[in-house]
Amino acid sequence: MANMVRRHTTSARLWRAGLYTLLIVAALVYLLPLVVMLLTSLKPLDDIRAGGLLSLPSTISFEAWSKAWGAACTGMRCNGMSGYFLNSIAIVVPAVAISSFVGALNGYVLTKWRFRGANLCFALLLFGCFVPFQVVLMPMARTLGWLGLASSTSGLVLVHVVYGIAFTTLFFRNYYVSIPDEMIAAAKLDGAGFWRIFWRILLPVSGPIITVTVIWQFTQIWNDFLFGVSFAGFDSQPVTVALNNMVNTSTGVKEYNVDMAAAMIAALPTLVVYVLAGKYFVRGLTAGSVKG
Amino acid sequence: MSALNVRHVNKTFGSTQVLKDISLAIDSGEFLILVGPSGCGKSTLMNTIAGLEPVTSGEIRIGDEDVTWHTPSERDIAMVFQSYALYPSMNVRQNISFGLEMRKMPKAQREEAVSRVAELLQITPLLDRKPSQLSGGQRQRVAMGRALAREPQIYLFDEPLSNLDAKLRVEMRTEIKKLHQRLGTTIVYVTHDQIEAMTLADRIAVMRDGEILQLGTPHEVYNDPVDMFVAGFMGSPSMNFLPVTLVSQASGYALQVHDEKQGGTALTLPWPVERDTQELSSRVGDRLILGLRPEHFLEDDAIQETSGEGTRLEVTATVVEPTGADTLLQAWLGGNEITARLGPKSRVVAGDRVALRADLSRAVLFDEKTQRRLA
Amino acid sequence: MPSNVSAPASRERRHRRSLAGHIERVLPRLVVAPSLAVALFFVYGYMLWTFLLSMTNSRMLPQYDFVGFEQYARLFANERWHVAATNLVVFGGLFIVSCLVIGLLLAILLDQRIRQEGALRTVYLYPMALSLIVTGVVWRWLLNPGLGIQAMVRGWGFEDFTFNWLVDSDMAIYTLVIAAVWQASGFVMALFLAGLRSIDDSLFQAAALDGASLPRIYTRIVLPSLRPVVFSSVMILAHIAIKSFDLVMALTGGGPGYATDLPATFMYAHTFTRGQIGLGSASAIMMLCGVLAILVPYLYSELRGQRHG
Repeated sequence: MANMVRRHTTSARLWRAGLYTLLIVAALVYLLPLVVMLLTSLKPLDDIRAGGLLSLPSTISFEAWSKAWGAACTGMRCNGMSGYFLNSIAIVVPAVAISSFVGALNGYVLTKWRFRGANLCFALLLFGCFVPFQVVLMPMARTLGWLGLASSTSGLVLVHVVYGIAFTTLFFRNYYVSIPDEMIAAAKLDGAGFWRIFWRILLPVSGPIITVTVIWQFTQIWNDFLFGVSFAGFDSQPVTVALNNMVNTSTGVKEYNVDMAAAMIAALPTLVVYVLAGKYFVRGLTAGSVKG
Repeated sequence: MSALNVRHVNKTFGSTQVLKDISLAIDSGEFLILVGPSGCGKSTLMNTIAGLEPVTSGEIRIGDEDVTWHTPSERDIAMVFQSYALYPSMNVRQNISFGLEMRKMPKAQREEAVSRVAELLQITPLLDRKPSQLSGGQRQRVAMGRALAREPQIYLFDEPLSNLDAKLRVEMRTEIKKLHQRLGTTIVYVTHDQIEAMTLADRIAVMRDGEILQLGTPHEVYNDPVDMFVAGFMGSPSMNFLPVTLVSQASGYALQVHDEKQGGTALTLPWPVERDTQELSSRVGDRLILGLRPEHFLEDDAIQETSGEGTRLEVTATVVEPTGADTLLQAWLGGNEITARLGPKSRVVAGDRVALRADLSRAVLFDEKTQRRLA
Repeated sequence: MPSNVSAPASRERRHRRSLAGHIERVLPRLVVAPSLAVALFFVYGYMLWTFLLSMTNSRMLPQYDFVGFEQYARLFANERWHVAATNLVVFGGLFIVSCLVIGLLLAILLDQRIRQEGALRTVYLYPMALSLIVTGVVWRWLLNPGLGIQAMVRGWGFEDFTFNWLVDSDMAIYTLVIAAVWQASGFVMALFLAGLRSIDDSLFQAAALDGASLPRIYTRIVLPSLRPVVFSSVMILAHIAIKSFDLVMALTGGGPGYATDLPATFMYAHTFTRGQIGLGSASAIMMLCGVLAILVPYLYSELRGQRHG
């Protein structure tokens, strides 16, 4: 909004008050699910059965959290979410690292070492951002089987790297386009070659885009469900798949507080990243979409 | 042996030919300036010399070595860019020594080279700063320092001053000239600013549409332009072009200046006898273009102090622009608007009738159609 | 744009290039080659592969006896597919429109020099950081008639209050819309806000000097200039809608019955649990066609815009 002189009349004040009311009500609506999730996870089961979604717990208990972490049943097993949480980490860390690095290299080549057909090459890569993954599920399942990677976390790492490269390449390319070609020319004349220019000139100025890309890939891969449920075995399920299984397990008494605690556990890593680096998260979303 | 030799270089992007059979040679220690309007190919030519863009055909030699197909780093060349192109993640010291490090110079020697150029360019206090902490002029110095430290055979300057404000630009221009005189470096310098070209160059190559129109000393290019483009491009304010008809009179040739508004002849200027050429005799009766620089007009009383040369003409001043050092006068001459450079003492104001003398001994004549120089 | 290769590469020239020159020419291509190969195989190759599967009679395992377009005929005759496709239209349409309206509204409200704008933005946008599975689990809890919102409102004394869409097969599809809008509308808000911020302040000032009122400035000047943002938002939201799988699995499981099936869940169920790989592949190809139907016009207009601009 422009900085304009505004009249400070009563109607203007009323308008401002209405504005703030609207915005705060909206904020409460957005917060409601998170608050309910947190409250429920801290309540004993009796409180829950007594009703009152928003009522405060009679006693704050972390029992549901510890059960969700270590003892809740997902399908047949009752080891809690901990193992699946570690699976997710084992998938996310290498997949994010590899796909981001490859994306950085691709972006570097496609902007600073353009060759004939570079644009076509980029367009071909970019389509990976749009393909509905249902189209690749069956062939990928077969391929992973042949490679001996079916039902393993390595298999999921491969899948996430393969379909993450499109996004990481897009991010780095759009960032490197804005870095002046003259800087690369200067480095060439200074005697630096392909790799030196990448390591010494480009990477040191890539901080923001590395952050954006890593956060984007981390969020995408951590939150993935489709690949996890399609390709993971019992021992390699990521946390989202385990959460879904746990909530849908129909044996025994339904422990809503444990479900909510498990959901919190699955949500926490990306929420923490969002709170700590929201600026970069938004930038990734908009970069991945507006320009995509 | 020349330091740099460009032979019949052609360059095409798709179907457009950006460089058309360019040939030039530069002696060691020479300061050559490529000048021309934007899009004339001067930057492309520089990039092919640097190896940043391959030529389509032709040959480039540095010293006695054919470097046409060498990579930029294999050519012993340093370049100063318009945007300075400093490495933002490195401080000034690292920026200057990066090229030396890439060329595997030992650390002690590198430090020596850095302090040498830092002193030369008076940037020693800035050595530990990042480029983002420097002013435009300081960045410009660092960019030059980065080139100087390498001590290459040839320096390329790509419009290095165009991002500076006017005052700083003049200062840096002088400084570059001093450095060149002191170090005797071989420089190819691209600019679109003809004043920069005039003040700095040993030789100037005026380019247009991928061709070198004229290659010569600043004096030659200014006083002996080969065509109307060069004549009009060099010099500020631009040369005045008047449509004339060449006629033969008893005393020799004369030029009838057309009155573009009312038709007919506005006035007749006698062509100096000593400048008659063979070619002129065949052009009697043709329409030609007379080129007169603003300083070829003199206020009448100023003339009397020097000599009685020139033809007296009376004009009405339309605009008077005193710059301090001199006074620029615009007036109508036979339906053509002309600019004259008068002395600083001139007290003319707009609307005055002014008596001018045109000094035709330094005037030039062009063919109207081909725009080539006739005399 | 400078290209490192010029048209006629004579043999002589290749000869004269130095070793470093050769490396500089080849290395960049070598570096992107693996990515390109991966894309060619894992994206384009798989598309073709799935298309081939959709032409076969594969059931539990892929097999390659071709039956032409029979699976597509079966697909279009399949009532569950009709439900899924209709659901996608209803879900996608409502989801996109709601997100645009809410997102635009929030963005305009936030653009009035609001104190604590950053905090509010953070709140509106955080659902986007969550997994759709988490979203589904939470909303399933909120919409649970026995213990969720319905129970809460009844507990306040409104005994007749009914909000049991989750178990009502006619209404369950709207629960998906609610959860998805909750998740994505903040994101659309962020896009619109960025669009609003990129409008030059002097435009507001000029319009205000011309005597235009604030609502008028918005409808006549601001909204038209947000057209590109609307386009890309629709494009992204449509893409999210077509791919929607996680949310359905966690919130309704496709139920009651198959009342909330979407093409994505249809495809998954037939390919992996019902042993109908041929039919599942045909539905996957139809999803691809859906994405292309949105993508191609969008890219076309983008590219044309670039050429003109």
